[in-house]
Amino acid sequence: MNNGPLLFFGILAAMVSSFWGLILLPQIQIGRQQAVVLEDTGAYYPAVRAGQASQGAEVYRSLGCAECHSQQVRGLGGDLARSWGRRISVAQDYLHDQPVQLGLMRIGPDLTNVGVRRPDTDNLYAHLWNPRLVMAGSIMPRYPFLFEQRRLANGELRAAEAVKFMGLPEDLEIIPKPEARQLVAYLLSLRADNELFEAPLPAAPKTASVGTNAVATNASVVAPAPTNSIAPAK
Amino acid sequence: MSAASVPTSEREPAPATIPAGAARDSVIEIDASLRWPVLALSLGSALWLFVGLVFAIIGSIKLHAPGFFADSVMLTAGRIRPAAMNALVYGFASQSALAVLLWILSRLGGNRFAYALPVVIATKLWNIGVLVGVWAILAGASTGFELLEMPRYASPLLFIAFVVIALCAVASFWARRVRELYPSQWFLLGSLFWFPWLYSAANLLLVVNPVRGTMQAVVNAWYVNGLLGLWLGSVALAVIFYFLPKLSGRPLFSASAVALGFWSWVVLTGFSGLTSLIGGPVPRWLPALSTAATLASLAPLATFAFVWYRTLAGGDAAARGDTVLRFMLGAAVCFLIAGAVKIALAFPQVAAVTNLTLMGAGLKFFVVLGFVGMALLGGIYYILPRVLGADWPNAQLVRGHFLCTIIGVALIFGPLALGGILQGIKINNPGVEYASLARSLTPWIGLSSLGFLWLLAGQVLMFLNFVKLLRGWCAVQCSGCATWFEEARPVKVGGRP
Repeated sequence: MNNGPLLFFGILAAMVSSFWGLILLPQIQIGRQQAVVLEDTGAYYPAVRAGQASQGAEVYRSLGCAECHSQQVRGLGGDLARSWGRRISVAQDYLHDQPVQLGLMRIGPDLTNVGVRRPDTDNLYAHLWNPRLVMAGSIMPRYPFLFEQRRLANGELRAAEAVKFMGLPEDLEIIPKPEARQLVAYLLSLRADNELFEAPLPAAPKTASVGTNAVATNASVVAPAPTNSIAPAK
Repeated sequence: MSAASVPTSEREPAPATIPAGAARDSVIEIDASLRWPVLALSLGSALWLFVGLVFAIIGSIKLHAPGFFADSVMLTAGRIRPAAMNALVYGFASQSALAVLLWILSRLGGNRFAYALPVVIATKLWNIGVLVGVWAILAGASTGFELLEMPRYASPLLFIAFVVIALCAVASFWARRVRELYPSQWFLLGSLFWFPWLYSAANLLLVVNPVRGTMQAVVNAWYVNGLLGLWLGSVALAVIFYFLPKLSGRPLFSASAVALGFWSWVVLTGFSGLTSLIGGPVPRWLPALSTAATLASLAPLATFAFVWYRTLAGGDAAARGDTVLRFMLGAAVCFLIAGAVKIALAFPQVAAVTNLTLMGAGLKFFVVLGFVGMALLGGIYYILPRVLGADWPNAQLVRGHFLCTIIGVALIFGPLALGGILQGIKINNPGVEYASLARSLTPWIGLSSLGFLWLLAGQVLMFLNFVKLLRGWCAVQCSGCATWFEEARPVKVGGRP
């Protein structure tokens, strides 16, 4: 194989075919997707995130949360059984995300539906301040730099915007910085509980208890759900 | 490195394809012409390997001891881990790949390298780019795309620097005196072309003018696979194909078998990147296509293994003691293991367990530090003393580095792979509570932290040797200068009666 031009042509062809097959073809297929109108509510989906939540997406990117948290409910494995979403994730869900962060690893749980699973703002603040307060034995790092903390003088009351949660020492005041507020707004905006044509909600089983699937507060995750179906969110 | 492989006693020209009597520059001249580019690139890569390993240790420890440096926003796990990977891939692996690439192209082409200055300047630019990029990641300016985290004010520096070096390499290749091509040259030419394409396309499609929705994940996965396989992987394979025959003293078993392996490997690797998206929110045919390509890559894998085996079989036993050859064998074994694991992970039933677990991180570290890293470190150990004209001061340190690397790489990949499988099994069992699941990962991550420490220890040994080598070389150069001055002065003074 001593023909230089032929070698170069082959090298070029290998890259062109890979680019054509794995980038151009899917781009033609899903690259121009638009928001759709939902049948039940008449709203556009996906909605553009409100200001604070979209700033929170930047905080999520900047802190590298996607290193340990995924944002995709696969049709495989235990994703649906763990109530990480009421349905699988589809391309339509990510149209407004920049960057799209499907995640590298699941050191922590998937966050696709965290806004439904963990709707309590103070609980999320507490989780960012010290994950061990909310989930014993968690290996998530603390994010104390997202908060202003201050020792209270004797008898002084906490400010109105201070975070309240169990386990906080009496004389400590913790006030979320703007980044923390944005991040929590973003987390609350993450939900996968609507029905799409290409991703229907699994039929709810008749016997399912109409409970919540908020992981932090009850043990519903322990009950293995039958055949991919899960309890409704509300 | 055995004492036998000092620059003067090497088997030249070994890879069995260079016809006897071909007009070519002497190896001494070729090596001397590459002194400054190789020195600049390998010094930079050694420093970045050190930085990358320190970051990787911090990032690994933070996953099993979350209180470690908890108050520092710059050292939070989500920043230090991508910073480590970027330092290792762009700082260490890419730079040493360029150093070894320039040297092998010149040696095989039989011509001196005429573009030392532009390459040295471009190397500085590359290092500035990596420095700015890694700092930006730590400061929170990451783009959020794997291995493309460097923001748009750092990536163009890398691109320009690479294009300059690649143009110099191609120009030098164009002017080669030995026209016949050896398999290593196919891989190297390909890699010179593929990296700029991958890097520019991915940056344009993700950062400059982003595609929409999950197409971003597709482009990102395509890029990561291409970067590790077609850029770093190609150079590492070229290095293995160059050094295995050379150091074992046996001709390459069959160049036509390598040609078959080369073309199938190149095409299949190009299509095999998207198995990480199995079950994800992308059209199903995409990961399916990648699965098919990955399974088919068993053919080139087996071809390469066969060629390496037949090349080495029956070689002279004395050569086996050579540490550089051991680095090459280690790299070849890592390549085969990584390839086999990738094939196993491409089955959807397996990916349902192993995707999004520690397995992925472990495999990437294994490819960058094991397969690519060992091939390039071995190459640097062989090349540096030749371009400097001085042998490594301490062969024991080189052997020590090899041992540390083997232990380190095994300790990183083994536990992360096993831990990843257990993690996947537990994730898929909704009865397992998540906090206990995450806690059960810590012993495995802890073992991999130890692995990084071993690698760092080996790197310290390399530094000691490097510093000694440079000091000895400078002393020779300076005494040369001194004698030159001493000789020059009397003549000058005496010249004036």
